[in-house]
Amino acid sequence: MTTDQETADTLAGFSVFSDLSAPQLEEAAHTLEEEWFAEGQRVLRQSFTGGGLYFIVDGEATIEIDGEERARLGRGEYFGEVSVLLGEPPVADVVATRALRCLVLAEPDVEPFLLAHPSVMYRMLQAQARRLRSANLWRR
Amino acid sequence: MEAVTGEAGRTVDAGRPFPPGRYPVVVVGSGAGGLQVSYSLGRLGIEHALITVDDAPGGMFRRFPVFERLITWTKPHAPFERGTREYEWYDWNSLLGEDPMHRAVVPGLMDGTSYFPSRAEMERGLGAFVERTGLRIRYGCRWEATRHEDDGFVLTTSDGEYRSSHVVFSVGMTEAWTPSIPGIEHVPHYVDMKPPQAFEGKRVFVVGKRNSGFEVADGLLPWARQVILASPRPVRLSILVHSTAAARARYLQPYEDHVLGGGTFVLDASIERIHRTADGFRVEARGTTRPGDLVFDVDEVVSATGFKTPLGDLSDLGVATFYQGGRLPAQTPYWESPSVPGIFFAGSVTQGSIGLKKYGIPSNSAAVHGFRYNARVLAEHVARTRFGVERDRPMLESSRVVDHLLAESTTAPELWNQQSYLARVVEFRTDRGIVDAGIQPLAHFVDASEPDAVALAVETDGDGDIHPAVYVRRAGRVAEHLLAGDPLHDFRGSDQRAQLAGAIGDLLE
Repeated sequence: MTTDQETADTLAGFSVFSDLSAPQLEEAAHTLEEEWFAEGQRVLRQSFTGGGLYFIVDGEATIEIDGEERARLGRGEYFGEVSVLLGEPPVADVVATRALRCLVLAEPDVEPFLLAHPSVMYRMLQAQARRLRSANLWRR
Repeated sequence: MEAVTGEAGRTVDAGRPFPPGRYPVVVVGSGAGGLQVSYSLGRLGIEHALITVDDAPGGMFRRFPVFERLITWTKPHAPFERGTREYEWYDWNSLLGEDPMHRAVVPGLMDGTSYFPSRAEMERGLGAFVERTGLRIRYGCRWEATRHEDDGFVLTTSDGEYRSSHVVFSVGMTEAWTPSIPGIEHVPHYVDMKPPQAFEGKRVFVVGKRNSGFEVADGLLPWARQVILASPRPVRLSILVHSTAAARARYLQPYEDHVLGGGTFVLDASIERIHRTADGFRVEARGTTRPGDLVFDVDEVVSATGFKTPLGDLSDLGVATFYQGGRLPAQTPYWESPSVPGIFFAGSVTQGSIGLKKYGIPSNSAAVHGFRYNARVLAEHVARTRFGVERDRPMLESSRVVDHLLAESTTAPELWNQQSYLARVVEFRTDRGIVDAGIQPLAHFVDASEPDAVALAVETDGDGDIHPAVYVRRAGRVAEHLLAGDPLHDFRGSDQRAQLAGAIGDLLE
């Protein structure tokens, strides 16, 4: 359980939000909606429209494609960004493997939020670049 | 009140129903949610006790909204006749009845000055529902503590102990919630604010820019010298984000005043500290979308920062909570605590069962027009899964399924009031054939594995287009199909027929 101030403090500890000022963090804490998922519950559903960008605050989730686990995510990590940035439904399910608490930016809010907070966008670009580098190294 | 010993050893107070003892189900709360659950359980023949601390029905509407006018419409004149199922979409405030006398109670009590009922009209409407339906309620019975024993739950109340394996808490979400701002403890919350006349000629600072903040600002415009609203996040308007949870159009006069430079201010700022001064208050804030320090010397401050659920000791029992320090209990799609099975919720608390929330648009579970359907579905779920009582589910001819579903998408009040949240379900059963399985939570449907079935919901997308959405479950996998919208919201056209037939044609063969 967290209060709004604790949510802002939590966001400050996540790398993508680390460049925001204190008032901006508080604005973000009020903009992202908190959602809670029970163990085994699907958070994002493969091929369903209307998703969002999810930041994990507590708990753990798996990314599954056609029932096969592809990755495991924990506190401070995020998911859903590919589908909201491309405007396409997710290509994978995301399932809570234990009680999961997330802060969520709904799909229509992602673009205005990132444009208003370019430092968050830049940090996300860096994360995507690292993932691309890892994927390229893996393929060599 | 005199107490005597009744049947099964229960203590009976003369004239008061539901004395302490064991019941199949116990419902706590006599607001709109508790009344709807009790009514729906009763119609299914499920014995239960309904207890409340209050001395009359009505719940939050006995006190709120502070400015005496609801934000949920009831249209006295609508495209459908009062008392029909279709009319429910136009009457967001009446509870659901199965007999004609139990339906559309609120419009009959309105004085015609607005299509938003007054608080008093709403309170009278709930009282009239109780009177007409003959609902029995044990008033003046305070729920004080809860414990878990081998055979279920024990609720300690001011009248004695109630025992049951199934407890439905419909306790509202009207307890003041305040953020951790230094000095805010000196400031009255919305729930405790003085009447508007007390603000005459004063400069007033309102903390919060959601509906309660705008309700306060709107109500003070004729009285206050100046009104300033502030919170960290920019205003979200219902007409832009397609949600009744955002600031409603009827409260937007203060916002227009701000936009036109009329003296009211609506600011994006984090409130850093509130000081008491000799003449009133000093508020220190920092701009969020427009950086900079701000200082306000004002006569009055009102905290319109939202509400929380009075959950008593349920957290100690293991009930998981979330949202800014536990303002809501976590819930399954059927409004049951996932961490303490057997504990259910009804009323505005059911907004904690989030559903798919597509495009960030929440359900209407925070308001009567949403949670009245949740309550009826919950009653059916409890009756079916805990007591083996199944509502009659009619069979459908395969040739009628497409027409049936498209008619539902056009006029079913459950689907319009609870978009992307409740769905009409038709099952294709190997043992029985095609069955109308009624209204179900969409989040339950899409994650259940059987039987083969189709669920139809009404949805609004990120661009504001309203259309039917079809979810088809085959062999445990669910596929989404979005049907075409229609400018007049009639989804029974040839385009939708072809799309739906294409999506489920194989199941109809």
